[in-house]
Amino acid sequence: MTASDLDTGGGADDGEVVTAAHGAGTDRTRELLDRVVADRFGDAPDGGVGLAAMDDGAVIPDATGATVVTTDSHVVTPVEFPGGDIGRLAACGTVNDLAAMGATDPVALTSAVVIEAGMPVATVDRVLESMAAACEAAGCTVRSGDTKVMGSGEVDGLVLTTTGVGRIERGTQLTAGGLSPGDRLLVTGPVGDHGIALLAAREGFDFETPLESDVRPVNGLVAAAREAGTVTAATDPTRGGLANAVNEMATAGGVGVRVDRRSVPVDDATAGAAEVLGLDPLTVACEGRMVLAVEESDATAVRNRLRAEPGGERTAIVGRAVADHPGDVVLDTGLGERYLTVPSGEQRPRIC
Amino acid sequence: MTGALEFRDPDRAGRLVDRLEALVADTGPLRVMHVCGSHEEAIAEFGLRSVLPEGLTVAMGPGCPVCVTDLPEVDEAVALAKAGHTVATYGDMVRVPGTESSLADASAAGANVRTVYSAGEAVDLAEELDREVVFFATGFETTAAPTATVLREGPPSNFSVLSAHKYVPPAMDVVAGHPDTRVDGFLAAGHAATITGTDPFEGVVERHDLPVVVGGFEPLDVLLGLVRLVEDVRDGTATVTNAYPRCVSDAGNPAAQAALWEVFERVPGEWRGIAEVPDATLRIREAYAGYDARRRFDIETPDDDRTTDCICGEIMAGRAGPEDCPLFGEECTPQNPVGACMVSDEGPCRITREYGGRR
Repeated sequence: MTASDLDTGGGADDGEVVTAAHGAGTDRTRELLDRVVADRFGDAPDGGVGLAAMDDGAVIPDATGATVVTTDSHVVTPVEFPGGDIGRLAACGTVNDLAAMGATDPVALTSAVVIEAGMPVATVDRVLESMAAACEAAGCTVRSGDTKVMGSGEVDGLVLTTTGVGRIERGTQLTAGGLSPGDRLLVTGPVGDHGIALLAAREGFDFETPLESDVRPVNGLVAAAREAGTVTAATDPTRGGLANAVNEMATAGGVGVRVDRRSVPVDDATAGAAEVLGLDPLTVACEGRMVLAVEESDATAVRNRLRAEPGGERTAIVGRAVADHPGDVVLDTGLGERYLTVPSGEQRPRIC
Repeated sequence: MTGALEFRDPDRAGRLVDRLEALVADTGPLRVMHVCGSHEEAIAEFGLRSVLPEGLTVAMGPGCPVCVTDLPEVDEAVALAKAGHTVATYGDMVRVPGTESSLADASAAGANVRTVYSAGEAVDLAEELDREVVFFATGFETTAAPTATVLREGPPSNFSVLSAHKYVPPAMDVVAGHPDTRVDGFLAAGHAATITGTDPFEGVVERHDLPVVVGGFEPLDVLLGLVRLVEDVRDGTATVTNAYPRCVSDAGNPAAQAALWEVFERVPGEWRGIAEVPDATLRIREAYAGYDARRRFDIETPDDDRTTDCICGEIMAGRAGPEDCPLFGEECTPQNPVGACMVSDEGPCRITREYGGRR
């Protein structure tokens, strides 16, 4: 692949192949999706949200309300990791994507499982049990599913694809871009725990303090936030972490965002491990957090309400939307300022 | 983390910045240079340029080990991988473009390329595998000393080293002596100095009549280093100052130096894009020739006929900034790097791209 391949606009050059970096959930992923997916599946439904918005899910209005649909494939190495497993991750990821669109009371989930021959049945059993427990915590269940087995080496371990369906009142969806200058940005807990715990486990680093993924359903938190005040936008900071989430909000909302680094909650253990791995916790995936934009006058009330909810104890107001520098996120480091950008390519522990 | 947080204290940082303001008001515009990617990363990560005095330019020098690894050295590693040997190297090196391909390209085409975190891990790999393992060894004194240590310990016979290690002080000479480069003082790299001590900088000071300050990598370390440097410039004092005494001693680490110079000798060599630097490339000595991949294998590399508008060399020599490059952010991005400066986490182009250029 040469540099010019990126400039082709639409379609693909002969011989171009998908690389691992295309799947890292960063601007490279976005660039591929813009080229091969965005234009092919129709305009946004009237009054709703379609595929081209590249939001957390679709919103399809009808006579009595609107249906929210989201779908995700999950692959994770290792399948069982500190603080969770692929089953819990799939259920939470789907529930949280629905919640990010405002559907905090899921109607149902579906689940398609592709299993590599050789996987112990006991592992599959544990993963699905864990998925069921996560669904129960989120107040939903899996209503339909499919199972395929592939030959050894034809798929890596276990691939779980989940779809979530929710219902909302017409016009009440949340999007990533609904925020306006003045709105405050909240995050519902410490950032980076999931990604750092996984990387540390994968690289075989054994830190003194056990690191655990934050994977959990946050639909209850989104519902509580909306009861306590006016939430204008939401997105879940999964791949690319808080940095990716706030950049998405800034771009989609056509606003600037300022983030105060010192207000962003980061667990000490995660911060320490991130330092060793050479990663910024702000750019690392969370699987049990939500970034919310809230009207300025409601921000403190929403924060206090979330702090009283399980899983929201460390909710913090971390920034605000501004009219300046639309589309860009400026980070106040406490010592100076810089842009908070979307991480590029694969995340690797740094070397020297 | 408490220890680290003390070195990020905004109030103390503010006082150091005030001090810099006052000093630069005295001296007039200055241009100092750091020679370490980790300094650049600290400056960029904490947004320090946004608070530095207008008159103080902190330029990036040849301090990114990945960036100064020469194109033919990358080509040698790629050739060894394509010849069927296992090539182990540090993560960033994998994506650095060679003349025809990078190690990542070779790996995608079936070659065996492994990322390691240390020389010791490369030796472990050789012990596990029943074939030749070549450690493509890059970096300055901080990584060269560990490479030397594993060779002294007698690694397995299927292990060898393709050395692209480099030694920093002579490169500072080249940059300081270049007629187009203004350098009023150097902020030298604290971690390299933990190995070498501060003595190797005495020559730079003498030859160029410039102050050198050895600095650490927390934001307060960097600011303190800059204060000391600008004080020296103001006073006309050309000396070596150690502003990182909690890690660096004048003599450095004698055991590491002994290993380093027992295994390596300094020979002339190209630093990518900058120039041939005398005595700044580390070659494996005769006594360890059996572990030298260049002596063990007949390595055929493509002719280096690459033409590109990439100005990595100018950037590494401190004569240009990333945004002066016509390729920056257009043809050359972290996803699709043309030059090594866009690959490494310590590369000026990558850092500018990741953190933005906000003042």
